[in-house]
Amino acid sequence: MSQHLITSSPSSSPITSSPQHPSTHRPAIAMRDISKRFGTVIANDRITFDASWGEVHALVGENGAGKSTLMSILAGLYRPDSGAVEIDGQPVHFRSPRDAIGHGIGMVYQHFMLVEPFSVAENVVLGERRSGVNLETARVARELTALSEKYALGVDPQAKIWQLSVGEQQRVEILRLLYLGARILVFDEPTAVLTPQETHGLLRNLRGMAGQGFSVVFISHKLDEVQEVADRISVLRRGQIVATTTPAATDRRTLARMMVGRELADFVARPADEPRAEVDRGGAMLELRGLSALGEKGLPALREIDLEIRSGETLGIAGVAGNGQRELAETVTGLRPVTAGTVRIDGKAMTNRPAAEITRAGVAHIPEDRLATGLIGGMDLSANAILRDYGQPPLCHGPFLLTRAVSAFTDRLLTANDVKAPGRWTKLRTLSGGNQQKLLLGRELAGEPRLIVAVHPTRGVDVGATEAIHDALRAQRARGAATLLISEDLDELLALADRIAVLFAGRIMGTIPTASADREQIGLMMAGIESREAEVVMDV
Amino acid sequence: MSNRLTGSPAHRLRLERVPSPSRGATALVTVLSFALALLAGGIVLALAGENPIAVYLAMVKGAFGDRNGVAEVLVKTTPLLLTGLGVAVAFRMQLWNIGAEGQLYWGAIFATGVGLFVLPAAPGWVLVPAMIAAGLLGGGLWGLIPGALRAWFGASEIITSLMLNYVAILFSEYLVHGPWRDPGAFGFPGTPPLPAAGWLPNLGTTRIHLGLLFGLIAALLLWIMLRRTRWGYEIGVMGENPRAALYAGMPTKRTILLVMALSGALAGLAGMSEVAGIGHQLQRNLSPGYGYAAIIVAWLGRLHPFGAVLVAFLLAALTVGGDQLQMNLGLPAAIAPMLQGAILFFLLGGEVLTRYRLTRVIG
Amino acid sequence: MSDFLTPTFVISVLAAAVAAGTAILFACLGELITERAGVLNLGIEGIMLMGALAGAGGCIWSGSAWVGAGAALLAGAAMAAIHALLCVGLRANQVVSGLALTIFGTGLSAFLGRDIVGMPPPSSFRRIDIPFLAEIPILGRILFQQSALVYVSIALVVFLWWYIFRTRAGLRLRAIGERPEAADAMGVDVARLRALYVVMGGALAGLGGAALSLGTNPGWTEGMTAGRGWIAVALVIFAAWNPARAAAGAYLFGGVEAGQFRLQTAGVDLSPFFLSMLPYLFTILVLVLSTREATRRALGAPAALGRAYMREDRG
Repeated sequence: MSQHLITSSPSSSPITSSPQHPSTHRPAIAMRDISKRFGTVIANDRITFDASWGEVHALVGENGAGKSTLMSILAGLYRPDSGAVEIDGQPVHFRSPRDAIGHGIGMVYQHFMLVEPFSVAENVVLGERRSGVNLETARVARELTALSEKYALGVDPQAKIWQLSVGEQQRVEILRLLYLGARILVFDEPTAVLTPQETHGLLRNLRGMAGQGFSVVFISHKLDEVQEVADRISVLRRGQIVATTTPAATDRRTLARMMVGRELADFVARPADEPRAEVDRGGAMLELRGLSALGEKGLPALREIDLEIRSGETLGIAGVAGNGQRELAETVTGLRPVTAGTVRIDGKAMTNRPAAEITRAGVAHIPEDRLATGLIGGMDLSANAILRDYGQPPLCHGPFLLTRAVSAFTDRLLTANDVKAPGRWTKLRTLSGGNQQKLLLGRELAGEPRLIVAVHPTRGVDVGATEAIHDALRAQRARGAATLLISEDLDELLALADRIAVLFAGRIMGTIPTASADREQIGLMMAGIESREAEVVMDV
Repeated sequence: MSNRLTGSPAHRLRLERVPSPSRGATALVTVLSFALALLAGGIVLALAGENPIAVYLAMVKGAFGDRNGVAEVLVKTTPLLLTGLGVAVAFRMQLWNIGAEGQLYWGAIFATGVGLFVLPAAPGWVLVPAMIAAGLLGGGLWGLIPGALRAWFGASEIITSLMLNYVAILFSEYLVHGPWRDPGAFGFPGTPPLPAAGWLPNLGTTRIHLGLLFGLIAALLLWIMLRRTRWGYEIGVMGENPRAALYAGMPTKRTILLVMALSGALAGLAGMSEVAGIGHQLQRNLSPGYGYAAIIVAWLGRLHPFGAVLVAFLLAALTVGGDQLQMNLGLPAAIAPMLQGAILFFLLGGEVLTRYRLTRVIG
Repeated sequence: MSDFLTPTFVISVLAAAVAAGTAILFACLGELITERAGVLNLGIEGIMLMGALAGAGGCIWSGSAWVGAGAALLAGAAMAAIHALLCVGLRANQVVSGLALTIFGTGLSAFLGRDIVGMPPPSSFRRIDIPFLAEIPILGRILFQQSALVYVSIALVVFLWWYIFRTRAGLRLRAIGERPEAADAMGVDVARLRALYVVMGGALAGLGGAALSLGTNPGWTEGMTAGRGWIAVALVIFAAWNPARAAAGAYLFGGVEAGQFRLQTAGVDLSPFFLSMLPYLFTILVLVLSTREATRRALGAPAALGRAYMREDRG
C-alpha cells in the first residue's frame, strides 16, 4: 500500500507515445499572449506561460485569477480570444478537447469529468479515439488492471464511479489519462478534496511523473504544497502573470503577497495555537443524539451522530467531501428528514420540524452552494435580501409586501455588509461570488442568530472577502452564537474552530480540541482510520 | 489530423451571455417574432398554392374590417385572456399546466349544471354569481388533480394535465349526448338553453359580454398578487429556485396545490363565460383549443398579466381572421394555430438573442 | 359474457394490442433516444401528426406505402430539426419549444392535409405471415401475423437495446444525457450528437404517425393521433429509458385501445365516451406508479435531461 506511483524506468512504460526524457528542459507547452474574456470580465489578459518536459510547473493565484480558464484553453475546452499555443514546438489550434487529447494533453479537473452511473472502464472507453462498434470493456478493463497494478493506483475497472470515494475517483482520472497516452498532465486544484495523507501521496506521484519525463502543471492556492512539489512557480493575479520564480528563490509570504497584491497577515494560515478569546459559554445550544439520515440515493448518509455545541463555541467539521457534510447541515436546519435520533436546539426538541420553525428558533444557515440553495440568481437583490424576513413586519402588512420597507431593508443590508452592487434592482447573478456571499452572510447573521450552520463559507471567494467572512464569524462567536462550521479547508477550521470533529462515511470519527489538534491525526481520521496507533499510512 | 488543426486561424461567431436583457430588446424580439412568423407562414401559404398577401389581407379585413369583426375579436379575447392568465401564473412557478382546455370544460360543465339544475329559477343577481363560483370551482378542482399528483407523487403535471383534457372533453360530450341532452333539440347535440337570468349581459348589440371585464379584472388582481403580496413573492422564488424556497421554509406542496387550483379556476371562469356569455348552453366543441393557445398567450406575454392582455387580443385577431378565411376563401381555420406555433418558435429563438450576444472571435 | 375469455378472444386481443401499440412504440422509441441524449421533446404529438399526414400523403401521391413511410420519416425529422435548432443550437426552453412544436404540427398538418381528409390511401401495410414463425401456437398469431411495420418496430427495439447498451456510439449517447461536461472533456461533440438524436427521434415519431395513417387507421384525418404522442412521452418514464420496457408499455396501451373496441362490440353497457377515456386515465395511472417506482429504486431520468449545455457558459 505504501508503494507509490511511477518508480519504474520510462522504457517499461506501457504508454504508446512515451514521454521524452527530461534532457534539456525543452518546452512541452508554450502559450503566448493568451487573452480570454467572459462578457465584461477579462479572465486571461495576454498571458504567456510555458512548461517543460520533466518539470512540475505550479500555477498559483486567488479564486478568479484566471488559472482554470488558462488551463481550460490548453485542454481545448475554451478557445482563446487571441494568442497562440505551441505543443512541443509545433503551433496548434484546438477546436475541442478531442484535439487536445490527441496532442497528449490530459487534464484532471476540479470537478471530475466522470459519468457517475458508468463503470471505470466505460469512462475510459468514452475517451478512446478508436473507431469500431463494440464497447470492448473487457479488453479495456484488462489493460486498466495491468496499468493500475503497475502504478499501484488500486483502481477496480469494473467499479461504478458513484460507488467510489473522491480520492479513488481522482485516481480513475489519472489512470484514464495515462491509458489515453497523455504526456502533459494538468491538475486543477487536485488536493482540495483530499486528506492530508492522500495529498502527500499525490504530490509524490506528481514528482514521480515529472521524473519520468512527463510535463506536469499543478494548479493550487495552497502555497506549502506548491513550495514542496514545484520546479517553477508562476503567480497569476487578475488575469495576468505577475511573476515566475522557483521555490528556492521565494517563500510563502512573498508568494501570498504577489497573489493578492498586498500584505496579508491572515493568508498564511493563522497558527492553530493562537490564543482564542475566551467566551462565556452557556449550555448546549445544539445537541444531536444518535442522528441518522439518508442521502440522495436513499442510502444511509449519517449514522448515529452525537454532537453538542455550546453558546459561544465553534465546532468545526472536517472531512473529505461526500462523507455526510451536506446531510448533516440539512438535517439540523430542517431541510432533510431525520430517520433516527434527535435534534435539540437550545434544549427544545426540533427533530423533523419544518425549516421555517427552525429558522424562527434562531438558526442561521449558510448553505454549501449559495446559488443553488441560499440565493435566487435570477431575481433582484431586494428579493434575495428579504428571503428570511418577508413574512414579518415591517416588511409586510397582512398579505401585502410593503415596497418602501423592502427597499429600505435591502439598502441597509447592502451598506452594512459592504456589498458592492449598482443597486437593489440588480439581478443577483451579476454580482461577484464574494459579494453574493457577503449579502447571504449579512442576511443570515442580521437576526443575531443563536446557532449558525455554515458550510464551506469561503468556497470560491477571493481573499479579501474571505477575511471579511472570517471576521464576521469570529464576531458572532464573541457575541455568544454557537457555530457548526463545515469545511474542507483544514486551515479554515484550525483558524476558527474551538473543537474539530471528523466526519467519515457518515460517522463522527472523533472530536479534538483545536489547541491540541495535529494535522496528521485529523488526516488519518478523514481517511477513516480511528486511532493514533494505526501504523498504516494511506497513500494515493 | 494535425494539419487541419494547425491551419490558419478563422473568424468564428460565438454566443456570449448578457447578464440581464434590456426591456427594449425584449419588446423588439416580441414584435420581430410576430413579423417573422407571418413571413414564414406566408412562405408555407405560397408553397401550398395560396397568395399569402391576399390571405393576410383577408385575415386583417376579417378581424378589423368592420364593427362586427372588432367585436368578434374582443369576444375571442375573453377566453384566451382568462386561460392565458391561468397558464401564466402556473408557468411562473415552473408548473407546466397545459390542461387549461380541460379546466375550461369543467368550468363550463359546473356553471351549466348550476344554471340548469341547481338554481334554475333564481334571479340574475343570485344565478350569475353562483355560476361564476361554480365555474371557478369546476376548473379549480380539475386543476387540482394534476397539482395533487405532482405534489404528492411527483408525477409530471405536463402529462397528467394534458391527459385530463381528453377526459374532460369526453365527459362533456357524454353529457351533451346523454343525460343533459336537450330532448327538444334535433341535430347539433347540446343541453337545453340556460335560464335567461344566467346570461351575461352584452355590450350594446354586440356579442361582447361581461366575461371580457372578468378577464381584465383578473389580470389586474393577478398583477397585484404577483407584484405586491407575500404569496406572489413565494411563487416567484419557487419558480426561480425551488431549493431556495425550501431553504426559506416556504410551503412548497401547498403552493403547488393552490397555484394549480388558481390556474384551473381562471380557465374554469373562461368556460363559464363562454356558456353564459356566448352559447347560453353547453354544447359540443365549446372551445376550439383556447386552452392550448393559452400557452402562447402566457409565454408571449412574458408570463406578465398585462402582457397576456395584449397577446390575447392579438391572437384573438389571428383566430377571427382565420375563421373568416374559412368562411370567405374556404381555407382551413388551422392557419391560425399554425401561425401561433410559428410565432412561438421565433420568439424562443429570438429570446436567445436578448440573453446572449453574438460576438466575433478569432480562433 | 361467456365468449369474453375464450382463448381465441384473448389471443385476438393480444394480436390487436401489438398492432395498435406499434404507432405508440415508434413514437416512444423516438422520445427515448431523444431523452437519452438529454433533450426533452414534448412536440411528439405534433410530429406524429405530421408523420401521419406525410405517410398518407406520400402513399396517395406515389401509390406505395413504403414511400409514405419514408415521407413520414423525413417529415418527423424536419419537425424535430426545429426543436434541435431551438433547444440545442440556441438553448431555448425545452418545455415551451416542445409545446410550440405540438401546436405548430397540429395546425400545419390540418392546413396541409385539407385536401386529402378521409381519402383512403391506395396501399397500406397489410398483414404478412412470416413462414414457420406464424405457425407457432399463440405466439405466432400474436407476433408473426402482423404488418411489415410491426416487424420493423420489433427489430428496432432489439437494435436500439443493443445500440444503447452495447456499442461505443450508445455509450456516447448515454454520456451526453448523463453528464455532458464529462463527455465534452473526453472529446465527444455534445451539441452535434444531441441535435442528431433529436432529429432521429423525430423521424421515428413521424414513422409512428405513419403506422396509424398507413396501418391501423388508414387515411388522414385532423388530429388523428388523439393524444398518442403524449402517451408515448409518458411511457418513456414507465420504460425507465429502456427500449425493451418501452415495447411492453406500448403493447399494454395497444391492449387498452384494442380492448376498448372489443368491449364496445361485445355490447358492454358503458357509454363509449367512458370507454374512450380509458387510455388517458390509464396513462395517468401508469405515470404515477412508474414515477413512484423510479423514485423508490432511484432509477432516474438521464441526469442532464432538459438541461442545455454550453461549454463556455459562465455567469
